Amino acid sequence: MKISVKVNGTERTADVEPRLLLVHLIRETFGLTGTHEGCDTTSCGACTVLLDGTPVKSCTLFGVQADGREVTTVEGLAAGAELHPVQVAFKEEHGLQCGFCTSGMMLVGKALLERNPDPSDDDVRWAISGNICRCTGYMNIVKAIQLAARIKAGATEPAKV
Amino acid sequence: MSTETEEIRGLGHRVKRKEDDRFIRGKGTYIDDIKLPGMLHMAILRSPYAHATITGIDTSKAQAVPGVVAVVTGELMAQHKLAWMPTLSGDTQAVLATDKVRFQGQEVAAVIAEDLYTAKDALELIAVEYEPIEPVVTPQRAMESDAPVIRTDKEGQDSNHIYHWESGDKDATDKAFADAEAVVALDTFYPRSHPAPVETCGCVADINPATGQATIYMTSQAPHAIRTVFALVAGLPEEKIRIVSPDIGGGFGNKVPVYPGYVVATAASLLLGRPVKWIEDRTENLISTGFARDFHMHGEMALKKDGTMTGLRVSLLADEGAFHADAQPSKFKVGLFHIVTGSYDLPAAHVTADGAYTNKAPGGVAYRCSFRVTEASYLIERLVQNAAYELGMDPADLRLKNFIDKDQFPYTSATGFVYDSGDYHAAMNMALEKVSYRELRKEQEEARARGELVGIGLASFTEIVGAGPHKDYDILGLKMSDGAELRIHPTGKAILKISVQTQGQGHETTFAQIVAEEIGIQPEDVKVMHGDTDNTPYGLGTYASRSTPVSGAATAMVTRRVREKAAKIAAHLLEVSEEDVEFAKGKFSVKGAPDKVVTIQDVAFAAYTNFPDGMEAGLEGVYYYDPPNLTFPFGTYAVVVEVDPDTGVWKVRRMVAVDDCGVRINPMIVEGQIHGGLCEGFGIAAMEQITFDEDGNCIGANFTDYLLPTAWETPRFELGETVTPSPHHPIGAKGVGESATVGSPAAFVNAVIDALWPLGVRNIDMPLTSAKVWEAIQAAGGSKKT
Repeated sequence: MKISVKVNGTERTADVEPRLLLVHLIRETFGLTGTHEGCDTTSCGACTVLLDGTPVKSCTLFGVQADGREVTTVEGLAAGAELHPVQVAFKEEHGLQCGFCTSGMMLVGKALLERNPDPSDDDVRWAISGNICRCTGYMNIVKAIQLAARIKAGATEPAKV
Repeated sequence: MSTETEEIRGLGHRVKRKEDDRFIRGKGTYIDDIKLPGMLHMAILRSPYAHATITGIDTSKAQAVPGVVAVVTGELMAQHKLAWMPTLSGDTQAVLATDKVRFQGQEVAAVIAEDLYTAKDALELIAVEYEPIEPVVTPQRAMESDAPVIRTDKEGQDSNHIYHWESGDKDATDKAFADAEAVVALDTFYPRSHPAPVETCGCVADINPATGQATIYMTSQAPHAIRTVFALVAGLPEEKIRIVSPDIGGGFGNKVPVYPGYVVATAASLLLGRPVKWIEDRTENLISTGFARDFHMHGEMALKKDGTMTGLRVSLLADEGAFHADAQPSKFKVGLFHIVTGSYDLPAAHVTADGAYTNKAPGGVAYRCSFRVTEASYLIERLVQNAAYELGMDPADLRLKNFIDKDQFPYTSATGFVYDSGDYHAAMNMALEKVSYRELRKEQEEARARGELVGIGLASFTEIVGAGPHKDYDILGLKMSDGAELRIHPTGKAILKISVQTQGQGHETTFAQIVAEEIGIQPEDVKVMHGDTDNTPYGLGTYASRSTPVSGAATAMVTRRVREKAAKIAAHLLEVSEEDVEFAKGKFSVKGAPDKVVTIQDVAFAAYTNFPDGMEAGLEGVYYYDPPNLTFPFGTYAVVVEVDPDTGVWKVRRMVAVDDCGVRINPMIVEGQIHGGLCEGFGIAAMEQITFDEDGNCIGANFTDYLLPTAWETPRFELGETVTPSPHHPIGAKGVGESATVGSPAAFVNAVIDALWPLGVRNIDMPLTSAKVWEAIQAAGGSKKT
């Protein structure tokens, strides 16, 4: 099937099998390997991308379901050389260790901040509760997303990364 | 000459991590990101039965699928003498089954195809005939004389018993129990769990048919050891094997062993002359690779009426699965479990352990702990709490009374370990103060009077991490020491190559800080390389919290070795004798004339351009560190819980963790390690378990059944620290990556049992699901009797 997907702002087309998973369309067909695959059952969130701005687990969607829609992956977070506040904040607050869940966590954080610019600890924890991290115990991920909120609001100067 | 005074960001600095720059941009290179020209994909067919004889395999339909390049069976592997491989405990394990299958999920055949979807389609067309045999699902059943023998492949193996092992002094312990004024016992099962890193295991095997060069990209925590094992098993010349461990999405012990998938992919690449990629799916990861724990333990403690501990007796039965594949030092059958005397001055102890084969996956890896230390720590800390209640003492007071005193270090335990340093009273007192322990006990009394179930749990663990020394510790004969190589370039920037492999611990940052501390080059100017056996010095790898204790020590030592030469060059530049040069904070100066200074950058340039006559050019070195002893980090954890008497749901109100891991290289990273370990410890205490039904079907083989803590359930952690340096480590550091997983499960369980003790509940085995807690409350007669 021929599909057309806007990926990180660029229109991409592909001719794919109907059963091709969205995560494989992104990783294999489009070559964007920042999206990771962790569990195959929508449980871990490593494969999270934004579909029309909403976080989805790309391991449980077909590529064809993205036809005519807009996908944002970790590679689309930064605007050129300028990092998104969640990227700055994850480094600043030590919100990542092995880095495997990080793409999904940052995208969920970005989506959260767009609807809630000043999330509480509980707000962040609920938002990321579909994403598993085995390294950090979540403490610093929560702090990072809250720092990103302050950077976005202009309350804090982003540190150099 | 430079006189800049920028502070050197060495030990104790919260340096932001270098590795983050690629990860936050999605530019890491994990195993599944590696794509080679002509690369094929492999998928593995696994046994649906726990125990069955294979009577036939028909691969013809699978072979005929367009896009399928090869189907590999055990028979084909046997033709190349690769149907079996050695395990890390010196047993053998089937690579692809030939005679029978011994656990559900065991590897039976593999399809190699042009793409993964085709390979998985073809798996369904392989017809395997099985004749089921009675499965042996528990080690208790395995040890019965009429149990089916699982390892019929092993000559002389006429039962399922693998080993009997003892440690300590039986006679002295028997005497302690004969003289005891009180004896407290506990039977507990530490269930089978799984490290479950978010990235599964996988490899890309690339054997060049023209040159014989074998490059194997692999999710490995121990690439050098794997290279040697591959050379020994496959008969490949070691210089032509290059193991590359790329970015790793978490390991926690899961990525220490060699798995059949690696061997089959490598053999397939050798046979087909093309690169072969194999990536596990999640179910394969949980059902077949490195499980952890699975110990059935009995502990007894002898005490005086005043609470003085006089003896400890422990027996355990280990469920090893179908192949004895524990990743552990050869000399010790149950790892370092005999650290079970913990933080207490126990004059006598005796441990017996037996291992049994069962029809379950092999593995026996240390899930974020040093070789079975978490099982030991759990048992003693649960037993101590029960002992306190039985004697009518407060559990904190009983611990404080029996701790090894700080003046007793180095302390030789009843099972023969020499603890390097510690101040257990200080760590516990800090934890008690932070959590307001004495006030909490009063609040608890009041809550109980209102019928509320509030519990306070403590655990004071002592860990043992950083194996070697050489003389006692090896894996398959490979002695446990590690190397580091430092090269300083003319502009004063350096490359450090280390033998250990990061999986998120931040080696690229912390090891650069060690160099910074020792020679004054800023961490951002030190590139740390690891994970590629062609380009790094030999070593046994990253697990059991051994990176900092061993390779970190090697890093400090090689930097000091290079600094000795640097001092000679500095003397030459300063036109004084070497004895008159002193080094501090990155600068070489003349004793008594501190304004006469050269920096390491000045020296580095001179090392290639202006060095004394008779000296070789260059500024580099290599060091292999054989640790004189292990390091013994410790701490006290305190947990406060509320239990709902009607539902069994328990919630953590507070979690205080005081850790002492000696000198902290990067406190930010240390705290991150502790957070992660506490979360995994919470998961083990509350929800993680690999379960089986009576037929040996694994019924916890995905993340909807094998539950992991999310941010929502995970408690908020409050940390504290004391610093007792290791006296034998060059920078006084101890390992820390696993302390929190070792120490915390007992603290969580102790808190729940503390809440339920007045009801008559004496033990609940992990994981403490609300259903199990509710059942325990009901079995004790319900919650109303308070």
